[in-house]
Amino acid sequence: MMRFVMAVIAAWSLMAPGVGFAVQPDEVLDNPVLEQRARSISANLRCLVCQNQSIDDSDAELARDLRLLVRERLVAGETDTEVYDYVVARYGEFVLLRPVFAGHTIVLWVATPILLIIGLIVTIVSAMRLRKHKTERTKLTKEEEKALAQLRKG
Amino acid sequence: MIIELGHFALILACILAAAQAIIGFTLWRGNALADRFVSQAAILQFALVGFAFAALCQAFMADDFSVQLAVSHSHSLQPMLYKFTSVWGNHEGSMLLFVLILVLFGAAVAAFGRNLPSDLRTLVLSNQGMMVAAFSAFVLFTSNPFWRLDPAPFDGTELNPVLQDIGLAIHPPLLYLGYVGFSICFSFAMAALISGKIDAAWARWVRPWTLASWAFLTLGIAMGSYWAYYELGWGGWWFWDPVENASFLPWLSGTALLHSAIVMEKRNALKVWTIFLAIITFSLSLLGTFLVRSGILTSVHSFASDPTRGMVILAMLAALIGGAFTLFALRASALRSGGLFAPISREGALILNNLFLSAATAGVLVGTLYPLVLESLTGARITVGAPFFDITFGALMVPLLLLIPFGPFLAWKRGDLGAVTQRLMAAIIVTVIISLVVYGFMGFPISLAPIGLAIGFWVMVGAIADLVDRAAFGRTGFRQSMARLRGLPRTAWSTALAHFGMGVTVLGVVCATAFQTEIVTSMRQGETVDIAGYSITYEGEIHTDGPNFSADRGSYAVISPWGGERTITSERRVYPVSGTPTTEAGIGTYGFSQMYIQFGERVGPDARVARLWHKPYVLLIWLGTIIMASGAFLSLTDRRMRVGAPAKPRRKAKLAGANK
Repeated sequence: MMRFVMAVIAAWSLMAPGVGFAVQPDEVLDNPVLEQRARSISANLRCLVCQNQSIDDSDAELARDLRLLVRERLVAGETDTEVYDYVVARYGEFVLLRPVFAGHTIVLWVATPILLIIGLIVTIVSAMRLRKHKTERTKLTKEEEKALAQLRKG
Repeated sequence: MIIELGHFALILACILAAAQAIIGFTLWRGNALADRFVSQAAILQFALVGFAFAALCQAFMADDFSVQLAVSHSHSLQPMLYKFTSVWGNHEGSMLLFVLILVLFGAAVAAFGRNLPSDLRTLVLSNQGMMVAAFSAFVLFTSNPFWRLDPAPFDGTELNPVLQDIGLAIHPPLLYLGYVGFSICFSFAMAALISGKIDAAWARWVRPWTLASWAFLTLGIAMGSYWAYYELGWGGWWFWDPVENASFLPWLSGTALLHSAIVMEKRNALKVWTIFLAIITFSLSLLGTFLVRSGILTSVHSFASDPTRGMVILAMLAALIGGAFTLFALRASALRSGGLFAPISREGALILNNLFLSAATAGVLVGTLYPLVLESLTGARITVGAPFFDITFGALMVPLLLLIPFGPFLAWKRGDLGAVTQRLMAAIIVTVIISLVVYGFMGFPISLAPIGLAIGFWVMVGAIADLVDRAAFGRTGFRQSMARLRGLPRTAWSTALAHFGMGVTVLGVVCATAFQTEIVTSMRQGETVDIAGYSITYEGEIHTDGPNFSADRGSYAVISPWGGERTITSERRVYPVSGTPTTEAGIGTYGFSQMYIQFGERVGPDARVARLWHKPYVLLIWLGTIIMASGAFLSLTDRRMRVGAPAKPRRKAKLAGANK
């Protein structure tokens, strides 16, 4: 969407959104099961020369090479994990659209659930404190108790 | 000459805004003269910036290529509409549009804020003036759209062809109305912190501005998404791109603000939190507009390409947001919290809503900024892409969506979950039946999609159930219920409408993601391909010329499962001025579903690659957002929005009669 605007503004003429399309008919594997696996792997791999596109969506030459590579590996009988490992070994972690779960990404993965839990705790604690505070305030002070006792007597 | 007058008008507006801020901030307390000055200054600024903007538009539309900006972003052969939209299809012009909308909202407060207390109005407008001064100075000193070029070239170098679309006329203005609208909420928050008067009335005054901004932002994001869908050419409608995330962040926190402000208005509680959200929402809007625009967010490297602009933006953001949070930290502790409530109550439900939305905001923010921070700290480069956001964001949305129907049913202060569930029982049964029927039609597959659909149905049915319950259908006569339904406050209708729209969007998202069919193939002339019950025949191509492009247009005869036949055309264009190729997808709409055809490269004398998608119910995604936004606009027409406006006595009498 706004990436068009971006394209102009940042003058990334080379990185302008891809027009035309990605997977070409000649790339498609005959085995539909393998092709399906190839497509889902492609959707998780980043096109390195594009802005933020998967190789499945990109029409860049490099994306095509990578798509063919993925298919080659699958035809050779590798598992999905082996294909990912191979691509990462060649191009680095940057290529994975879904970051790995490891030491350097732990904050990324746990940030949202932790924040939600902290939020819940803070809400509960502050609600309880508020409740206590209000009930304390509604209690009578000693002077008031005395005055009340006086009134009751009289 | 006109362009110099426009330039001068912007300079005047900048100085006037600075004066407005200084005078307003020093003399706000009980000074009628200062109040009058800031109000009139706000209206005058609008006239001045409006003139400046019109001057720039005139230069573009009259092909004045002595203006540098027009040279680099327009061309005499462009259709008039695109000459006009070229004005903001670039950094400088879009910043001027930003300032224009900023002063528009300031003038709106001055014009429609007659019933605001004088001190509050003065402070709000002073704060607005401060921002106008800062941003117009930014435009003047670092991104000036009025510079001339001497000697003037014969013609311009064209607007990026990808942007030559009606989308550029709709999406950025709507998005900016949303982003900048939240500046008013921010100014209200600042005014409240400075004056120390923060109460339910404040929340009521802010609410129309929040509603309007939220509705514009909703539409802006949705229209941008639809534009990307048909223009980018592979039928995606949301990419979790940093730029999109930047527009989504203020939407998420703005949605939270909308809900927490209700608690503040009705129960005088959640005050600190509401003020915090008002500040954070506008801060995220600024992050969206400026950090992304300067290129910091997408790439650290392009930041270096224009360090002055980037640094100025960073400094301004730091000063504005930093100042706001300092003031917040100083004043927030002094705020007394209001009414007590049990955990199971309308307040409790709205807090839960806020928790999930805030966690979602934080999650998207962390995901967007994490690669940047990690790279600058350790040098490691990673990508956080769509698969990550789908998991983390999806996980948060499921419980939130499931809880939506409960919220409006719960009573304020203390609710009874058992009783509410009982009242929702009919809705639960209806949802289960609809879901099972649909599941049956799908042939009982093992997948997550039916669960997604059920959630969508649940939100929609829950919204209807809310109205049905309020009108007491089944508990009283039908005619009486109809009368009650008509008598419901518009805010009740708008809540139901907005929630219903959310459900519609969920349905669209699930359907378009789970049930789309795609075929990539090469087609020879006369060849037919079947997809999802449609039969598509490639009829051949013709070469045509547009005003500023030449195109190869492929025609496809599409026969739908119901028999109707129509022709869908798709183009591959080349814009000779800049030599840019673009594609125009061929889209056929069938009900809420679409057939999406992409005309590809030539692979033989009479054969072309074709990529065909059937996208079932994809239009529901955007239809839902339009329903959501219309809910907000409906709420704006509620009489109760206008403070102190008494209900019409006659209508009251009629209602009383109906209730007897």
